[in-house]
Amino acid sequence: MKILDHKLRIIPLDIHIDPIRPVDKAIITHAHADHARPGNKKVLATKETIEIMKLRYGNNCAGSFQAIKYAEKIGIDGVSITLYPAGHILGSSQVLLEKSGYKTLITGDYKTIFDKTNTPFELIKCNTLITEATFGLPIFQHPNSDLEIKKLITSVIYNIHRCHLVGVYSLGKAQRVINLLRENGYTETVYIHSSLQKICQFYQENGVNLGKLKKTGDEKNENFNGKIILCPPSALRDRWSRRFKDRILCQASGWMAIKQRVKQSLIEVPLIISDHSDWNELTNTIKETGAENIWVTHGREDGLVYWSKSMGLNAQPLSIQGREEKDN
Amino acid sequence: MDRFANLLESVIFSPSKNKKISLLIKFLKQTSDPDRGYAIAALTGKLNFEYIKSNDLKNLAKKKVDPYLFDLSYDYVGDMAETISLIWPGVKKGKLPSLEEFVSFISNNEKQRGLTYLSDILDKSNQTERWSIVKLLTGGLRIGLSEKTTKIALSQYGNKEIERIEKIWHGLNPPYLNLFAWLDGIKPEPKIDHLKIFHPMMLSNPIDEKNDFVKIDAVNFVAEWKWDGVRVQVILDNGKTTIFSRNGDNISHSFPDLDFNSKVGVVLDGELLVGKNCKPGSFNELQQRLNRKKVSKKYTELYPAFIKLYDILFYDRKDMRNFPFVERRNVLERWYELNVQKKLDLSEFIKFKNWKEIRQIKHNFTELREGYEGLMLKKKTSFYVSGRPKGLWYKWKRNPKHVDAILMYAQRGHGKRSSYYSDFTFGVWNNGNLVPIGKAYSGFTNEELNKLDKFVRTNTINKYGPVREVKKEIVFEVAFDSVSKSKRHKSGIALRFPRISRIRWDKPANEVQGLEEILDRIRIEN
Repeated sequence: MKILDHKLRIIPLDIHIDPIRPVDKAIITHAHADHARPGNKKVLATKETIEIMKLRYGNNCAGSFQAIKYAEKIGIDGVSITLYPAGHILGSSQVLLEKSGYKTLITGDYKTIFDKTNTPFELIKCNTLITEATFGLPIFQHPNSDLEIKKLITSVIYNIHRCHLVGVYSLGKAQRVINLLRENGYTETVYIHSSLQKICQFYQENGVNLGKLKKTGDEKNENFNGKIILCPPSALRDRWSRRFKDRILCQASGWMAIKQRVKQSLIEVPLIISDHSDWNELTNTIKETGAENIWVTHGREDGLVYWSKSMGLNAQPLSIQGREEKDN
Repeated sequence: MDRFANLLESVIFSPSKNKKISLLIKFLKQTSDPDRGYAIAALTGKLNFEYIKSNDLKNLAKKKVDPYLFDLSYDYVGDMAETISLIWPGVKKGKLPSLEEFVSFISNNEKQRGLTYLSDILDKSNQTERWSIVKLLTGGLRIGLSEKTTKIALSQYGNKEIERIEKIWHGLNPPYLNLFAWLDGIKPEPKIDHLKIFHPMMLSNPIDEKNDFVKIDAVNFVAEWKWDGVRVQVILDNGKTTIFSRNGDNISHSFPDLDFNSKVGVVLDGELLVGKNCKPGSFNELQQRLNRKKVSKKYTELYPAFIKLYDILFYDRKDMRNFPFVERRNVLERWYELNVQKKLDLSEFIKFKNWKEIRQIKHNFTELREGYEGLMLKKKTSFYVSGRPKGLWYKWKRNPKHVDAILMYAQRGHGKRSSYYSDFTFGVWNNGNLVPIGKAYSGFTNEELNKLDKFVRTNTINKYGPVREVKKEIVFEVAFDSVSKSKRHKSGIALRFPRISRIRWDKPANEVQGLEEILDRIRIEN
């Protein structure tokens, strides 16, 4: 019996997971804009996801909120719902649905590699797995992120008279990059675009070490030589960045693995740092969950469906309308 | 090999040309012969591998990874070297051969041995190394380093004028040992056979009518017609005719009907045209003869080619390039008289006494008659200098035509202009709708660009990916050389070389002429 339809709606309960348009009842896996939208009547999510949604969309961005902890089970009409950490960003979760002993797991966006800015991914055994596929091709094999961040630190040392402008998605990636800098011994003040400030503060309140931060607009005529400045990718080549003389453009993203993309976007220091699973993480997770049915969504579905079938699993793509490729 | 890989990677990640040059110089200093010579050959597209082709590399990769996943990945990435380098399972790091060992093994062994060797090396490489190895084999590096920039780096490395490198370049071969020996000051400049190679051409600059004529004196210049054909270099040596295009491509095979005789070895400069009895036909007729690998007799009879001679670079193997233009011309005329043949013509001089007179002549021919593109002014004392030297040769094209058009769409520029909306599409009215007639990137000042950029940002009404549609308020005066029919544009016409000559901040968009009125006024060329 089907518990979930192709729009990620829990059929017997009429609850949508990450709905694109406002609904009565929603479970939100994490607070990125392509998963969390304002206007739902009731929202179930982790405390952190709810708070970030409020920071971004305002306190009234949903009719009511219900926060639950990881691994806390909620039972409604014979279906139980549990959230487990997804390791993607702060508050991100996978959703496990159980009915009559049958387990269906929706990964949401996830990564399995170590990241100090959020709760590590937890592997959950299930019968049906709905997996993301942002980097669902074997060309994507993310390198070690400590080595990547050291490229940035080295470039700063060698270019002490220039400033480094790093394009990062404002929620998750920005804080991950700053934390990686700190973990790898960078103690200088990190400058941030004003749009990153609220979320950085929230991460710090939740115990993530970001060290000393300062907004770029705080002081007039500040000298940014030898400094690291973080901003959203769209600001790298926009009017905002013109104020920084002799800037080196950097970007932290899984897409930076493709050199022609780096060249086209005029990035000098590409940092292959991703908050999504690479091909190996995706395929290992599929294997280890023990699931026999695989639905693939969010990205390059074809490759992962093909691979799953070649492993003898039932697999199908799940195209959700309205999703766009996002820059991380 | 690993050093070469690092060079390619650091170059592709450097948007600045100067940075690319300094990276290359550093590489040349740190790398010994012959590896650095092979690197230069790779950067300038001079390495060709007879046995291993792009398709072989694809098939090799498909033996290593699932073929279907490979195809999906290649389709996604769109670049063979990137795909193979990313998807190839790195086994373990090992020592790579030198560039020389690699190049010579791949060149001297038949396909199967070469591929086995290559597979083993890809196993031992990291991702960047794999990327550079596949780039090396497939050619077409696409790392944003032109041949010209590479030569600039060589000239700075050896502290020699770039002109001297240009002059011998086409006579040098990988791994360029004689070139580096000269650049390092160990040996004299390499000697080359000038009748075997292409010599980079001398090109002209457009004349600035307002500023140039006051600076230059008419008695120091000669004038010739500017022919709308293909500029060529013709080498006649021992009964053999070789024809090079402006870029140094050998195009002799396309023109078997051009077979000349000369008693002495010469290198000539001229314009290749199509027409009977040395009378130039339209550019369209010329196009029937271009880019054809095999030429049937029908074509050579229907569209006979001939050459109008402008200049002579070598006479009887002697380098004439450092003689003044008029002296070269005398030599050319004397040679021409002794070697008269059917499909050779001499470009004639236009007699004039002063700028006023030549201006009148130009007007009479280019504005009042068809078939005259403009004229050339050449300084009598000019040496034959490759490239576009300033102040020696001027082209004076017929006056541009103008049309007012309305800004419709804008896109971000590239490089320095990437934060500005600087690429503009403009259109004219046609039955109450605006139809695009062209696109322009140039012709405005930085100050105007700032203003336009601001207008685009505050007056966007629609976004289509990177393209912004703006309110129809800004009128450009667009200059262009000619109009031709176009199936691509909704308006049915395309402008040749459009540029913005003026921004008409004052002119309301509804006062712009309609398409029909414009077509009444301007003739469409075939």
